[in-house]
Amino acid sequence: MKKLVEKHPLAIRWFHWVNFPVLALMIWSGLWIYWANDIYRLGWGNTTLYKFFPQSFYDATHLDHKLAQGMAWHFLLMWVFFINGLLYVLYTLFSGEWRYLLPNRHSFREAIEVTLHDLGLRQAAPLVQKYNGAQRLAYTAVILMGLGSLLTGLAIYKPTQFGWLTQGLGGYEAARVEHFVLTIGYVLFFIVHVAQVGRAGWNNFRSMVAGFEIEDVPAGAASPRLAPREPEPKA
Amino acid sequence: MALEPTSNPEKPIPPHVSPDGENLTLPPGSALDREATRRTRRSFIGLGLAGVAGVLGWRYLLSRPDADGTPAPFRRVLDANGRLSAAYFRETRLAPEFAKSQGVREVRTNGDAGLNSEIDLAAWRLKVRPYAKDITYAEHDRTREFTLADIKALPRIEMTTQLKCIEGWSIVVNWAGARFVDFLAKYPLATLSGQPIKDVANPPADLAPYVSLVTPDEEYYVGLDMHSAIHPQTLLCYEINGQPLSLEHGAPLRLVTPLKYGIKHLKRIGTIAFADQRPADYWAEQGYDWDAGH
Repeated sequence: MKKLVEKHPLAIRWFHWVNFPVLALMIWSGLWIYWANDIYRLGWGNTTLYKFFPQSFYDATHLDHKLAQGMAWHFLLMWVFFINGLLYVLYTLFSGEWRYLLPNRHSFREAIEVTLHDLGLRQAAPLVQKYNGAQRLAYTAVILMGLGSLLTGLAIYKPTQFGWLTQGLGGYEAARVEHFVLTIGYVLFFIVHVAQVGRAGWNNFRSMVAGFEIEDVPAGAASPRLAPREPEPKA
Repeated sequence: MALEPTSNPEKPIPPHVSPDGENLTLPPGSALDREATRRTRRSFIGLGLAGVAGVLGWRYLLSRPDADGTPAPFRRVLDANGRLSAAYFRETRLAPEFAKSQGVREVRTNGDAGLNSEIDLAAWRLKVRPYAKDITYAEHDRTREFTLADIKALPRIEMTTQLKCIEGWSIVVNWAGARFVDFLAKYPLATLSGQPIKDVANPPADLAPYVSLVTPDEEYYVGLDMHSAIHPQTLLCYEINGQPLSLEHGAPLRLVTPLKYGIKHLKRIGTIAFADQRPADYWAEQGYDWDAGH
């Protein structure tokens, strides 16, 4: 029996869609800042596999010579990023949504099953409870990355007043590298996320905007909400 | 339509295979289909309007009048961040110091604003305008002059700290010079009453809130908050690696403070003055944060 099942609460949809442009602008203004000392590369010794960033990237994006503007944007939007992220975490804690989001004891095995299934190497799709194990791991990791960006950012921003933090992260130079690596992590997350949303299709995408998902609900389980418990261990 | 989520205590949906990819077409024209369409349309219009509002709001912020190289709202946020930093600031927090051997041999130079005019090092004097409410009086009648020997007569402080450029690079440098606070303890020019600073944690109530430093040719100028200026790691520096400053590093006397980005480390100090308002700052006029503090 088909039903409209409530999937994403309104608050979470707002946090998600506010974060998307804010994080995008944080990354963009971060690139304006990074350009002024663009020394990172993948490689060893005199071998460079990839330089962050090649001249062609700057030519295409025009993000050179905007250090002051980048800092002005970055130090305004950091507040929006921080407050939105904090409200999201508090909401998930108090609403109980964290039960769907935090990895549980099945998540690692499930994440492998999901990956194999998505790669076409495993026939059976794993059972999910709003999110599958791979999603739980990814959505929890990206929140921890957000916390990491705030802390490494603070360590670079006020390295004397928060000297304990800067030193704890390995020093000023190390904190800057960590801040950059986390940013690369968001980009990789974004690529996989958008690809998966595309694969999952319209019903799933619509649920992040409209909140509901159409499901073929088994008889006797008609309440349009998802069980908040952990999945039962399979025999 | 009785399609709102019902509150009867039915059994929730157990773990199940994701519905993605299933044929979930609702019977066309059914109540459920109309409900789904209504909610979808309403939500996407809402998201679209929010997106448009966000774009327009951001464009509005960017279109505000310029305030020293950045739109006024951004300047206000930079200044608010600076006030927050000032409230959190403690003079007891020190920047990490390194072993002298960790300092770089060749110190990178960056920027020569204020250094392009002729200078006769023997004739150089540090000019200091005492803090006064009557600026013209102070400017014309009470400006004090000091030789490099006067600065070197103060306790020599050597420290190896990290210089952080606002561009994003940093180097560890061995500096030597006199603490600015020691200078003010001996020459109490930063208070209205002329009393010296005895305790950095409890400075006199009539201490000037700001310090201005300007090169002799007035081409480069920075402003500092007094708390940073009297921090024990803020030096009137005259040596790098035990050698007198070279001209490109700011001979004969420059500012060094690990509490600020390198842009505040003014080279070749000409005049120091004290002020009630934030003094002019070369880079802050070009869109950068006035505080630029660490």
